[in-house]
Amino acid sequence: MDLIAAGLVGALRKIAELDPDVVEAASASLVVTGSATALSIVAGVPLGVVLGLTRFPGRTFTLSVTNTGMGLPPVVVGLFVAVAIWRSGPFGQLDWYCTRQAMVVAQFILAFPTVVGLTAIAIQGIDPMLRLQVRALGATSLQTAWILVSEAKLLILTAAMAGFGAVISEIGASLMTGCNIKGDTRILTTAIALETSKGEFATAFALGFILLALIFAVNAVTTWAQQRQRPA
Amino acid sequence: MTLLEAHGLAVARGGQVVVSVDRLTLEAGETLVLLGPNGAGKTSLLLALASLLPIRGVLRWRGAPVRDELAYRRRIAVVFQRPLLLDRTVRENAALGLALRGVAASERARRSEEMLTRLGVSHLASRPARQLSGGEAQRVSIARALAVDPEILFLDEPFAALDAPTREALVADLAQVLREKRVGTVLVTHDREEALSLGDRIAVIMRGRVRQTDTADAVFSMPADPEVAAFVGVENVLPARVVSVTDELTTLRIGDRTLEVTAVPPAGDDFPLLCVRPDDIVIARGDGASSARNVLASRVVRLEPIGRTVRVILDSGFPLVAHVTVRSAREMDLAPGQEVTASFKATVPHLLPRHRATRIDS
Repeated sequence: MDLIAAGLVGALRKIAELDPDVVEAASASLVVTGSATALSIVAGVPLGVVLGLTRFPGRTFTLSVTNTGMGLPPVVVGLFVAVAIWRSGPFGQLDWYCTRQAMVVAQFILAFPTVVGLTAIAIQGIDPMLRLQVRALGATSLQTAWILVSEAKLLILTAAMAGFGAVISEIGASLMTGCNIKGDTRILTTAIALETSKGEFATAFALGFILLALIFAVNAVTTWAQQRQRPA
Repeated sequence: MTLLEAHGLAVARGGQVVVSVDRLTLEAGETLVLLGPNGAGKTSLLLALASLLPIRGVLRWRGAPVRDELAYRRRIAVVFQRPLLLDRTVRENAALGLALRGVAASERARRSEEMLTRLGVSHLASRPARQLSGGEAQRVSIARALAVDPEILFLDEPFAALDAPTREALVADLAQVLREKRVGTVLVTHDREEALSLGDRIAVIMRGRVRQTDTADAVFSMPADPEVAAFVGVENVLPARVVSVTDELTTLRIGDRTLEVTAVPPAGDDFPLLCVRPDDIVIARGDGASSARNVLASRVVRLEPIGRTVRVILDSGFPLVAHVTVRSAREMDLAPGQEVTASFKATVPHLLPRHRATRIDS
């Protein structure tokens, strides 16, 4: 118990003093995970809308692949990305191994299926009669899609947050593609693992608190947005 | 002037043709009611006419085939059974059709406000649409449709989900707006009262086919076949035999009773069906002396109260159904087994050919 208490007190001190290692890891986490999530939203929401709105041969297979993608093991993704950008790999000339770009790619692959799948479910969940009504009002296909996205915005926000949640806590893919370089590719999860292995529990706790605070903040914003929309 | 014309129109669902119409027209300024029982294909026909369903056949707009579906849909408006409002304010919902057409914001505000006022919901303009009651929401939905100033308004049972007082008020308001704007309207309903109060013409739909198209009066007084007759409330459809036909009257026999009617029997049919609405039969105690040509000694078999009226099932030598008010039933002290007279004028009945099951409108 003394060990835990000492760790917690030390963690609070490091947070209060804005310990450079802690700040660097937190900001790297925000940049990498924020970029991966943003990219997965930009690419995943339109694809999810298309999957939710259209019927075409192979759609069910595509959705199955997407749903499978939601459960991708991060270390396997990390392995494939690492091999792809390895010096002798197919994208070796990019020279991205052990960079934040590599981490963003790996996290994007992890978040993308979640955003696509949950967006498709959100769009499919909209009353088909509402879609018919929008068309009947004279909407083009693009206008119809935009209005339906707007109607499903809370669920799509949830999809985006689920994508964020899928990668903010992962460690395997980031460690294997970013190499945990201090001040550069060291993010909260890889830093926690490292500090714990060194017995630096105060730093590990501090990083853990910040990670939890980040996840809580994101969920709090989502919940607030959802509750704001509830009828009085 | 004909606004809309459907030729050889067919709608298929799941590989099965659910609607097949040889020809149907909508004239400028008229309200055409698609009347029929649940599952008859009324909504599918409406969606087909609104170009919201894939169809076979030809849809003509002011004489020209509809090729640009989007352009056509921007000339019409559709109101469904449920209001289907977006998760936005009432004002934004009312202006949505205008926004989709690229109408300037100031014009959108003016026209949507005008329609919200006409429908009596302008005081709700700032409210979230999802917080409205069913009646309010349907008023907003109708305001949204009328705000685009449609050349045709399609209404798919817009009052069906409303309680009676709300429905009556909304029907009255809508009837007034339609009269003022003279917008061509297609109304789907299974409610005969709605059809009578709003329709200029009625197309009776059964099993995906238009069985009769005529003025509201004609459909209700001269149904085209027994099935239509039953649906429009002509409960007495009686097999008769023609005894004689003169310039003035047709004499018929039903069982051992002789009846006289002014209707001419269908050509070559000596065994027509005699149709009499229950509301047209007068019941009296005693000898029932009256000027009516048909006075039938009858016996009350059963009484069935229906709201403000009582359905009286009689044995007049053949089964006959009449409607009387609750007060009349009470004053005559009607009861099963009682002897009464049932009478109706010779001008009342309508004769249908017995061997032609349907008349497909052309």
